Amino acid sequence: MAINLKVNGVSRSVPAEPDTPLLYVLRNDLELNGAKFGCGLAQCGACTVLIDGKAMRSCVTPVGAVTTSEITTIEGLGSLDKPHALQQAFIAEQAAQCGYCINGMIMSAKELLDRNPRPSEPDVRAALAGNLCRCGTHNRIIRAVLRAAQANGRT
Amino acid sequence: MSAPAFNRREFTAGLGAIVVAFSLDPKLARGQERLPGSLQTNRRLDGWIRINADGTAIIFTGKVELGQGILTALAQIAAEELDLPLSRIKMISGDTGQTPNEGQTAGSQSIENSGTALRMAAAEVRAILVDLAAKRLGLAADQLTVADGAIAAPDGRKVGYGDLNPDLDREASAKASPKPPAAHKIVGKSISRLDIPAKVTGGAAFVQDMRLPGMLHGRVVRPPRYGSKLDSVDEAAAKAMPGVVAVVRDGSFLGVVAEREEQAINARAALLKSAKWTLGPELPDPARLFDVIKSLPSKDATIGVKEGAAPANARTFEAVYTKPYMAHASIGPSCAVAEFKDGKMTVWTHSQGVFPLRAELAKALKMQIAALRCVHVEGSGCYGHNGADDVAVDAALLARALPGRPVRLQWMRDDEFGWEPYGPAMVMRAKAALGGDGKIADWDYEVWSNTHSTRPQSTDGTNVLAAWYLAEPQKMGPPTSPPQPAGGGDRNAIPLYDFPRQRVIHHFVQDMPIRVSALRTLGAYANVFALESFMDELAAAAGVDPIAFRLAHLNDPRARAVIEAVAKKARWAAGEKGDGTRGRGIGFAKYKNLACYVAVVAEVEVDRGSGMVRVPHAVAAVDAGLIINPDGLTSQIEGGIVQSVSWTLKEQVRFDQSGILTRDWASYPILTMPEVPKVEVELINRPNERPLGAGEGSQGPAVAAVANAFASATGKRIRDLPLNPARVKAALT
Repeated sequence: MAINLKVNGVSRSVPAEPDTPLLYVLRNDLELNGAKFGCGLAQCGACTVLIDGKAMRSCVTPVGAVTTSEITTIEGLGSLDKPHALQQAFIAEQAAQCGYCINGMIMSAKELLDRNPRPSEPDVRAALAGNLCRCGTHNRIIRAVLRAAQANGRT
Repeated sequence: MSAPAFNRREFTAGLGAIVVAFSLDPKLARGQERLPGSLQTNRRLDGWIRINADGTAIIFTGKVELGQGILTALAQIAAEELDLPLSRIKMISGDTGQTPNEGQTAGSQSIENSGTALRMAAAEVRAILVDLAAKRLGLAADQLTVADGAIAAPDGRKVGYGDLNPDLDREASAKASPKPPAAHKIVGKSISRLDIPAKVTGGAAFVQDMRLPGMLHGRVVRPPRYGSKLDSVDEAAAKAMPGVVAVVRDGSFLGVVAEREEQAINARAALLKSAKWTLGPELPDPARLFDVIKSLPSKDATIGVKEGAAPANARTFEAVYTKPYMAHASIGPSCAVAEFKDGKMTVWTHSQGVFPLRAELAKALKMQIAALRCVHVEGSGCYGHNGADDVAVDAALLARALPGRPVRLQWMRDDEFGWEPYGPAMVMRAKAALGGDGKIADWDYEVWSNTHSTRPQSTDGTNVLAAWYLAEPQKMGPPTSPPQPAGGGDRNAIPLYDFPRQRVIHHFVQDMPIRVSALRTLGAYANVFALESFMDELAAAAGVDPIAFRLAHLNDPRARAVIEAVAKKARWAAGEKGDGTRGRGIGFAKYKNLACYVAVVAEVEVDRGSGMVRVPHAVAAVDAGLIINPDGLTSQIEGGIVQSVSWTLKEQVRFDQSGILTRDWASYPILTMPEVPKVEVELINRPNERPLGAGEGSQGPAVAAVANAFASATGKRIRDLPLNPARVKAALT
């Protein structure tokens, strides 16, 4: 059956069953690479997207439950040519080693900065507590989020 | 031990055999000179470098990007020697159809092997270009200047590299001199990583992101535990499920392919439910694990012997340390895409070694090497031998059943945790005699460990998971261990300290009740933990500050320099003591006793009520010789320390006799963002020393620093990893 979704401001129709996890629809039907499969159990955060502004785990979110929501993926924040302040800050801080977790880090950080534009370092750590990183890039990720917050403050 | 003992001479004899084998290679005719780095085994210049008519260069390397930034560092080296801007360098890496064969990307050796080859090859290509330009301009080569891919005469005439069409189809001579470090403009700079922009904007950065026309999705069904046999499974029911294209069974190997990914996942769940297995052998009792390891047959080698005089009137000490099985625990489960078309199999893989993987595929699929191509595409960080090679074979087995349709297969989280080869559990027993002068007079150390590599082509057999479960099962060969000085389970088992008398025994345990292979640092993490913990125990017994105690036993000036630098940066106070809950400790190692020098000072906070240990802060000093990319080096050291703190405080693979219990992040917790230490790194650049790999340099020093900090904080020593709340509470009561 067809499901209608609004992703990054655009209405899309996808041939998926309503119980299909949103993650697979985003990756395979809409060809959006950002959200990653990490665990399928909402334990690692690699698949994080914003659903009506809230950071959610797309691997356990049935696509049928978000048909009336605004879904934002990392592709919706910015692009190589026009990167979002967070994306710019992650590049500036070289805040990735393998980079597999980074989608989730940026999307959780986006939610944080939307509700708290000037977070402290402990605020950033707490907001990203549910996002696992295995390369040990955490300190750079924290610096990148704080840098993006500062950049936002200036504009 | 029951197995015949190895000794150092036998190891050396083995090395000789390898040299002979090389010299018999038809491509290496008699009388050929030894070439530096990987030029030795890949001797053609155009195998490394191609100069295009548009003035750009393509650089080929057999080493692959694992998130460590190696392609950026290698591009820097090539750009530097070629005098080309980085923007005109294109890197092609790890493709059996295109690049040099440089084996595995492992052991922190890419800068040393591929980097050295590229430095020499690029310097030679630049010299060839200058000679061609000199002829074209009618001038002597030494009258010309080179910048930005153009060669200029004093009168202003210029020739671009793209106009020179150099003939690089020739053997490298390695005679051209690379630039002196003082002339470096790109090497030594913190160049931004080439791969990061795509990774933060949703670009197609990973093999997981590949999407080929007509691509199907596969999943595999693994048994409840090692060595089980598939008796029956309801294939028909799975085939009837929506979207299912094929159920593939070969003996006890079972997989499913579907049009959509979620359909493959659903069919896998159905197959798992209906599959009936005859279970393989039970696993060891975890409560007796270390006794079991010590009781298994082993090949024993005595290494690092120093025959000083036996001490008189010395005080003797003994301690036993253990390390559990640890998982690579990549954030993204392993993934591959395979396509079988016109009798040829192409596999896109995040394997650390596309050439060794191709050899295993040939065995497992019974195909000719020439019909197989493996192409590296990045995956989630691997930190050693995780499921990358296994999933590539799984994907190929599924794709073979569906010619013309590419199959993308990503393992599920429980596949990765349950079936990846773990870093082996180890036991270390240290004994020492402390002389009346407060110095170590005798050192006696034993380590028990399985192999630290069952990688593709590490044994004579077939070293990929699926092959062991086929209807005609293939077997792994007897395990091997790299000889000293690098070593495997005995990596860093020989102290760098100058003891007058010492003996080290490597008990290379042959049976592997639990699947193991290479995890970042191999045995070095556990050996440095034991060795450096014991150094602190002896320092305390001697009543000497642990840093002063180390320096009193250490002549190597570069080793002394990193210890002194970290002490200064951490403002170490001689004789400082913890206060019951907070304390600091030091750890030091020269990785593999032949690579980078790292010293770490870590601080711990112990919650005596809950038994929780926190590491708020760590400081490191590093000497990795000539630094190619300072920020890249810093990033590797930082990451290594954080990963090591995670291993040290939290990690152990859980199992019982029925099988592996670690299946998800709840049963294998790792360090989380609020728990991660702040890390400061000081780099000591040695422009006139060769560059040394550093991806594995900090983990050993970090575990030792944390263990020593815990002892300093509480006055109690924990010798069994990890330092989890149960152990801490037991130690403090």
